[in-house]
Amino acid sequence: MNLSLHPLRAVIALALLCLVPVLLPGYQTTLATLTLIYTLLAMSVDILAGYAGRTPLCHGALFGVATYVVMYFVTTATGNPWLGALLGIAAAGVVALIFALLAVRTTGVYFLLLTLALGMIIWGVCQRWTSVTGGENGLRGTVRPEWLADPARFFYFVLAITALATFAMWRFVNSPFGLSLKGIRESESRMRSLGYNSAQHLIIAFVFSGLMAGLSGALYAWFNGFVSPSSVALAQSVKGLLIAIIGGIGTLFGSALGAIIIVLLENVVSSFTQRWSMVLGLLFVLAMIFTPEGLLGKLRQLTGRRRAAA
Amino acid sequence: MDRRKFLSSATSATGLAYFGDFERAFAQGTGPIKIGLLTPLTGVVAAGGKEIVEGFNLYWQQVGKKIGNREVQVLVEDDGSNPDVSLQKARKLTEQDKVHFLVGDLLANTGLAVAEYAKTSGIPYFIPVIAADDLTQRKRIPNVIRVAGYSASQMPRPLADYVFKKKGYRKVITISQDYTFGHEQCGGFCQVFTELGGSILAQHWNPLNTQDFSPYLAQIQSAKPDAVFAMETGADATRLIQQWNNFGLKAKIPMLGAQNATDQSVIRTLGAEAEGIISSAHFAEGNDNPATKKFVAEYETAFKHLPSIYGFSHYSCAAWLAAAIKTINGNVEDRPKFLDAVRKTVLTNSPLGRPVRLDDYGNPIYDVYIRNVVKRSDGHYWNVPIETYPGVSQFWTYKPEEYMKQPPYSRSFQGIKKS
Repeated sequence: MNLSLHPLRAVIALALLCLVPVLLPGYQTTLATLTLIYTLLAMSVDILAGYAGRTPLCHGALFGVATYVVMYFVTTATGNPWLGALLGIAAAGVVALIFALLAVRTTGVYFLLLTLALGMIIWGVCQRWTSVTGGENGLRGTVRPEWLADPARFFYFVLAITALATFAMWRFVNSPFGLSLKGIRESESRMRSLGYNSAQHLIIAFVFSGLMAGLSGALYAWFNGFVSPSSVALAQSVKGLLIAIIGGIGTLFGSALGAIIIVLLENVVSSFTQRWSMVLGLLFVLAMIFTPEGLLGKLRQLTGRRRAAA
Repeated sequence: MDRRKFLSSATSATGLAYFGDFERAFAQGTGPIKIGLLTPLTGVVAAGGKEIVEGFNLYWQQVGKKIGNREVQVLVEDDGSNPDVSLQKARKLTEQDKVHFLVGDLLANTGLAVAEYAKTSGIPYFIPVIAADDLTQRKRIPNVIRVAGYSASQMPRPLADYVFKKKGYRKVITISQDYTFGHEQCGGFCQVFTELGGSILAQHWNPLNTQDFSPYLAQIQSAKPDAVFAMETGADATRLIQQWNNFGLKAKIPMLGAQNATDQSVIRTLGAEAEGIISSAHFAEGNDNPATKKFVAEYETAFKHLPSIYGFSHYSCAAWLAAAIKTINGNVEDRPKFLDAVRKTVLTNSPLGRPVRLDDYGNPIYDVYIRNVVKRSDGHYWNVPIETYPGVSQFWTYKPEEYMKQPPYSRSFQGIKKS
């Protein structure tokens, strides 16, 4: 939000991120790549949850659809990885459109539950359609273009894509269209009486958010070289939402903070204690009590830079 | 963290592609042997995962955490019963902790994900309970070896032979978890059973973590089979056996189990419900062989419960690897030599009390026991051998080359011979 006033800040952040493969080489770079991918997923959730006031629980499924399509297209159908990635993102967009048509007229907990159910359908299909999805065992293989085989280069590539997508999402939520989403969040009936087609606006936001989730899913396929039903399961959707909430709903950039925390907990804290998921749970509870506006939201509040969000 | 940072920045100089060679030059024969143990400490199969750690560490404690003059370090990572997590942890152990080789995983999907990583990264990976057939058959990976493990379809074949010939069963229904491990165990059973002349009336596939088996039980009851073959692991096995008993089917239809259905990890939480279930496996904790008795007693003293297949397999795996590493004087950095030593090792001091060796495809050949669940004098239930099938390989009586021409077992291919 304030970033438009400080393009300098974006440049500094990017420059710092460019140093990651130099300062934290090897495995840590891999973790940083993963963090960027989850940041994208969480930001796509934030578009709906933070700006349109509709909290979705299906973005893991949209993410996973793209991952599955990339894996299938490249390994089983031996297609081109770049084309596969585009197809994966498109597939996520199409699924998001179908979900949107079914879900946008509901609000609150009904929206949450409906998107949850729709996501579970995708999970069920991946689980049972063994001939295509490999069932419980999933699909395996190297799907990353050879040009990106080097982990550092792949990191820079993901960083560039994430920066572009972040810019696109930031433009999206701060455009007049984004304002209309915030209007719908605050009072849908008022927006309707002002003549806005709120359903149409929500569908567009949903599909855009789905495309972004698909983008992160396609990058994940390249990153992981493996997909199984756990990538489309509810836990994945919850992870996306959790990252957005810890970082700060409706802040977009908070997702990066959230993703750093979750990835560190999963991969570093887990080496010290088996009970890392308990640490995660505690952290979440504490975050809800002390900073319900999320880490970035709290930071902005503390530094007095927080503007009225609406 | 300082040590890790140092190690990782040191390796970065050479890049990931040269990691193997660099590592060899860097740490030849000095420093501890680092083993990465992947195991589910959370998630659906967490109970089994804890026993993996127990069994594996028990061996190293008994030998003083040393092979020759090299210290042994076991780094345990939780795979969360989830293939994505498992893959991530395999990367961490290999690239950050610089382990010399990986061991473990419980669920087939987690093991397959790590096997794929082992294939591309070259890290040796040993799988004492990952039973997916093709890892030692059609899709062998040279650096993935089933040390002290077994392939899924290997174990139920003697059981099919036994119940057809000795029990006179002709019509059987299978109920199994719907994933590769289940498909393969049922496939092994069904192929042998139908080739002998038996028939499979129906096959039920329940999703992992099924809470309520009643729809399946009703169908099984109305089909009136001679017996039912149950392929369930963990909590699913417990629930099926309990509900089987609650529905009053225990008295009517005999239950046959895949080895994991009556594994100690399952039946120690059950009582008389499990009594009399016949299964087949290479390990039976109720065997009166002195080596087995000694192992079971030691295990019980250490952990206050009887060893399961998970604990036993990882104990044996540790013993196997230790024997192999001794023959190459601890030089695990030389991967080809190390893998070769593991393949050639014949394990003589295993809890089975009989020598075990690998076949040409990297899968062990075992004497397989037909086991019955009976009550021990102290009230615990355990598996006691009632018959032995010596020298059972993963190919049963088939010729390996010909066997591997048939498709792998799946839901749609169960090797059922139409009579």
